[in-house]
Amino acid sequence: MGLRTMLLAGTDEHDLTKLAEYQAIGGYEQVPKALELSSDELIAELQKANLRGRGGAGFPMGRKASLVDRKSPKPKYLVVNADESEPGAFKDREVMAKVPHRLLEGCLIAAHAIESQDVFIYIRGEYLSEYEILQAAVDEARAAGLFGEVNVTVYRGAGAYICGEETALLESLEGRRGQPRPRPPFPPVQGLYMAPTEINNVCTIATVPAILELGPERFAEVGTPGSPGTVLFSVSGNVEKPGNYELELGTSMRELIYTHAGGIAGGRQLKAVIPGGSSVPALTARQIDVPLDFDSIGAIGTFFGAASLIVVDERCCMVQLALRSTKFYMHESCGKCTPCREGTRWLVQILEKIERGDGEADDLDLLRKVCDRIEGKSLCALGDFAVWPVQSYFDKWHDEWVAHVEQGGCPFGGESSLEGIFAPSDQHTHSPVAQVPA
Amino acid sequence: MISELRALGERYPDSRTAVLPALRLVQEQNGGWLTTESFEQVGEALGLTPAYCQAVASFYDMFHLAPVGRHSVEVCTNLSCALVGAQQVVDAFESELGVAPGETTDDGEVTLRTVECLGGCGYATVVAVDHRYHQHVKPDDVPEIVKELRGA
Repeated sequence: MGLRTMLLAGTDEHDLTKLAEYQAIGGYEQVPKALELSSDELIAELQKANLRGRGGAGFPMGRKASLVDRKSPKPKYLVVNADESEPGAFKDREVMAKVPHRLLEGCLIAAHAIESQDVFIYIRGEYLSEYEILQAAVDEARAAGLFGEVNVTVYRGAGAYICGEETALLESLEGRRGQPRPRPPFPPVQGLYMAPTEINNVCTIATVPAILELGPERFAEVGTPGSPGTVLFSVSGNVEKPGNYELELGTSMRELIYTHAGGIAGGRQLKAVIPGGSSVPALTARQIDVPLDFDSIGAIGTFFGAASLIVVDERCCMVQLALRSTKFYMHESCGKCTPCREGTRWLVQILEKIERGDGEADDLDLLRKVCDRIEGKSLCALGDFAVWPVQSYFDKWHDEWVAHVEQGGCPFGGESSLEGIFAPSDQHTHSPVAQVPA
Repeated sequence: MISELRALGERYPDSRTAVLPALRLVQEQNGGWLTTESFEQVGEALGLTPAYCQAVASFYDMFHLAPVGRHSVEVCTNLSCALVGAQQVVDAFESELGVAPGETTDDGEVTLRTVECLGGCGYATVVAVDHRYHQHVKPDDVPEIVKELRGA
């Protein structure tokens, strides 16, 4: 295994959806090694490796495992979050489609660490082909006796972004509407079926075999000290070569965009990069000389998130970008908390008013205030995800917003790359949205 | 049907967990949408009220509470697809099928929808045709996709 590829190692040369081919390159060899260790020893190894969660929050995986209440008389559950729905993210999908057995090998190791015999993989409902590949891999590995006493269940979601939030995912997995739970209690104490539960992202779990293979010390030498290992970066939007790129953490954002992804399509100018999936504050073209790791990205006021970069060129109107983004979060708000449910709708109405040229200076103030009144005021982060990007587009490209108001319309005059984009919420005539006085 | 649904309930530590797979199964066998009867069936099999099953179904985008076409065309119009021309793909489907997003063709064959991110951002524009992804779709590809669908 080369140091630069852990997740996708071997996928260019082999069909790693097949058990025999995965085993031919050493697949599943880390499981017996893990089983020789006690759960305490294994957790210590994972903590030493400092593998940070790849789903968005970056919480150290070993530490999370250590928080699972292993003394509980209840069953312990390992839940893999394969509900990849963050706009801009398509990495978990590639791992499941190309190397499902590496994910399963990671599941067996992680399950041993928390003394679990029940693994659930919650995959978003839209990923039909990936579900079929993953289920076939589960069947093949189980038939080969590789699972021992461990049950692995692949469970399909049914279309809801919020189910990527861990407690909403648990609700959904229990057969309920996917609405987040208040925390505490946190899932390691009281999760699935009220039992201790560890929830990890696909890429996090699929990296675990590499930790066992290399040993935590050598693993921690890859990437940066605060963010060891490699990450599968999803790059999309206005670049020449969009796609997934597995690179060491700490690689420069400029290198990813201009070298690996081929630079801005059509030789246009870079305008903005949304670095962690659509839910995080955007960066300007002048801010991309930054190492791609959790701490460096955090230090410039945004989030590493799901390592999913949406690259935006000069043709895009930032008000339209905010509007399209907010329509998504309005559509996906689960409705449980008032600031998020009502606030996202209000934001959409203000944004529509500004974009069509009816906005006044007061509306810009109001927009910023509504953002502040959503941020941090709901059970989960969806409300934050709705406003963080909007706040950044508003603050960093402020002239554009003022121009909308002063000119009485979009300064792009119908030429923005997002002109006329039709959001799914626009077709929901069956559930009329109450007009909030603006 | 009821026994099939009950068998789903037995697969999980708690039979309530089977509500999503059960709704999916019933929907597939009912022409792609759920009726009052569907909720009664699922409820009876899993020991839940029909109202509970309807409440769950109404939360998720992939369950349909009104009739849909025999085929579905779902165009992603979230940011990454939108930035590289998803709207032109939507427009092409509109003119090829003669319906707006959210509508079904008069012959009941195809429902056209725009959808939120399908997780194919690097391969924009993504269009799910009967839940199978077509990637890198350009407006010029649309007539061929529709022709294939109509022939299926």
